[in-house]
Amino acid sequence: MSERGGGRFVRKVAEKVRRAPEAVDDDLWASVQLARHAERPYTLDYITRMCSDFEEVHGDRLFGDDHAMVAGFGRFHDRPVAFIGQQKGRDTNERTFRNFGMAGPEGYRKAMRVMEIANRLGIPVVTLIDTPGAFPGASAEERGQGGAISRSIQMMWRLDVPTLAVIIGEGSSGGALGLGVADRVLMLENSTYSVISPEGASAILWRDASKARQAAQAFKPTAANCYRWGVVDAVVPEPDGGAHTDHEQAAEILDQYIYRALTDLGAMPPVERRRARRERFRKLGPLRDPEGGMGMATGRGTPPPG
Amino acid sequence: MSRVGRNIHVSVDRLRQLAHRDARPRKISADAGTCPKCDSHYSADEMQRNLRVCPACGHHFAVTARERMEQLGEPGGYVELWPELRAADPLQFTDLKPYTERIADAEKSTGLGEAIVCAELEVRHVPAVAAIMDFSYMGGSMGAVVGEKLARACDHAAQKGQPLIVVAASGGARMQEGTLALMQMAKTVIALDALAEARVPVVVVLAHPTTGGVWASFASLGDITYAEPGALIAFSGPRVIEETTREVLPSDFGRAERQLENGQVDAVVDRRELAERIGRVLHILRRPELEGPGAMGSPALQWAQGGAQRAAGAVQSLPRKVMDRIRPGSPDGEDPE
Repeated sequence: MSERGGGRFVRKVAEKVRRAPEAVDDDLWASVQLARHAERPYTLDYITRMCSDFEEVHGDRLFGDDHAMVAGFGRFHDRPVAFIGQQKGRDTNERTFRNFGMAGPEGYRKAMRVMEIANRLGIPVVTLIDTPGAFPGASAEERGQGGAISRSIQMMWRLDVPTLAVIIGEGSSGGALGLGVADRVLMLENSTYSVISPEGASAILWRDASKARQAAQAFKPTAANCYRWGVVDAVVPEPDGGAHTDHEQAAEILDQYIYRALTDLGAMPPVERRRARRERFRKLGPLRDPEGGMGMATGRGTPPPG
Repeated sequence: MSRVGRNIHVSVDRLRQLAHRDARPRKISADAGTCPKCDSHYSADEMQRNLRVCPACGHHFAVTARERMEQLGEPGGYVELWPELRAADPLQFTDLKPYTERIADAEKSTGLGEAIVCAELEVRHVPAVAAIMDFSYMGGSMGAVVGEKLARACDHAAQKGQPLIVVAASGGARMQEGTLALMQMAKTVIALDALAEARVPVVVVLAHPTTGGVWASFASLGDITYAEPGALIAFSGPRVIEETTREVLPSDFGRAERQLENGQVDAVVDRRELAERIGRVLHILRRPELEGPGAMGSPALQWAQGGAQRAAGAVQSLPRKVMDRIRPGSPDGEDPE
């Protein structure tokens, strides 16, 4: 393994990997389940705990307001920070209101509006990602779901201010990546980051909606794996038993990680930040560096090399 | 296939025979065969002459990336770039079949190293870089190789100061490369900005189908965006939408013609006019000042020079009173003579 060796958390997971394959599969599925636990803290749970004050903005100024996406400006450690993230709901009414955290084009356009303001005013941007995917609906397609996501990616890459993305729960598909192109990408210990939800993959690849567990094991979308692949830069620990057991503590830990990352990033010149951001995403993919952190076995019982 | 409402006469024996036969999927080869829309039959060379468009009803069949290069480029051909890149298997992924096996099968059946072919070519005498996707290679899905080749094509075009032509035909991100396939969306969108910095245009052609992560990344960021008739262009496909939201979708949902009305593409262009259309727009966007001494005789420059002469002529024909007012006031003493 390369210099990306470290962290108490990775050692903990490496320990898990060495155990019997069934046990590992169980852990993986448990992690997938925890990522979308009904009591898990959602975007606004974190924002309200981390910010001394928060002004939410509404609407994309083009069509409407998307309740699955929250965006606004908060006072974080006595500085302004723009927070953007998908918002899920806890009971049936709230879930419907938040559209299960599946944002449409208006959501991404609202996000872009806030990014533009933040960039103009020199305010860092922090995104909190928690979505089963962007909303699949005919109306969303008509209003350019694809273009909204691609432009959100483009805008995040073009920002001059420090940017930070945190996967706090479920990070699935382009809907997650639409907020995911940042200088640093963090992931909570029990969150997932994947190209598609396990259910979606099971329906497409296995042609059988009941193979979600098998799909999750094939995708291995855990924080530890994403760290190894270089997709995320750090794994944020959760309170024992998972973030849902103690929202206060979960927010406190995340607060420290965000503060430290923003302090580091703030010290870099903007040109250097953008160059590093470009490099960071450019090198992702097993081709560029087939040996470094890519060919490693994780969930399938083979011991990790080294 | 609209056979509904037609009388079909079949003997009982024949029905019994059919009932016991294994259900076999109907396959239509792109080389010869039957139009699925109007049931006309074609020979292989007829199909090729017609750029794989049904001459009777205009149905657009799938085209391989290499054949498309030949359709778009000059007869001189094209120079393929980075054909050696191959997919890796970072997740050691297995669904119904191991990913490594899928890659090997795809290469064998298509003769392609990956789902995208990049090349230098000339479209109607305009030199350009082309990145063309091939749906027959694993549904044109975007893994690390597709992302990397597209990013390199952007850099290459920017470096040469030539426009980039992208033909998208893809089901989206390649599931078998998991989260790393998702990251290719970011990689390609970022790479496109090299062209913005070099101030060269990107023309995107959306072929059937352009969906998922490909539509939600580089394919929706063309400066000029054409779609082939009937192409499905969507982030979520109709099946996913119907399953998730229980909506009943119209039959033309997400099709090129509909997406033109939705404002998502600039034009629906018949494949038989595509090269002409791309060549035309690239000619319009050509800037002679970037093309060096070789461009002095270019039509655009001749037109601009003609304009200057016309303007000078117009100044000479102005009334003397106006001319007197212009001459002394002119700071650099410019004389139309």
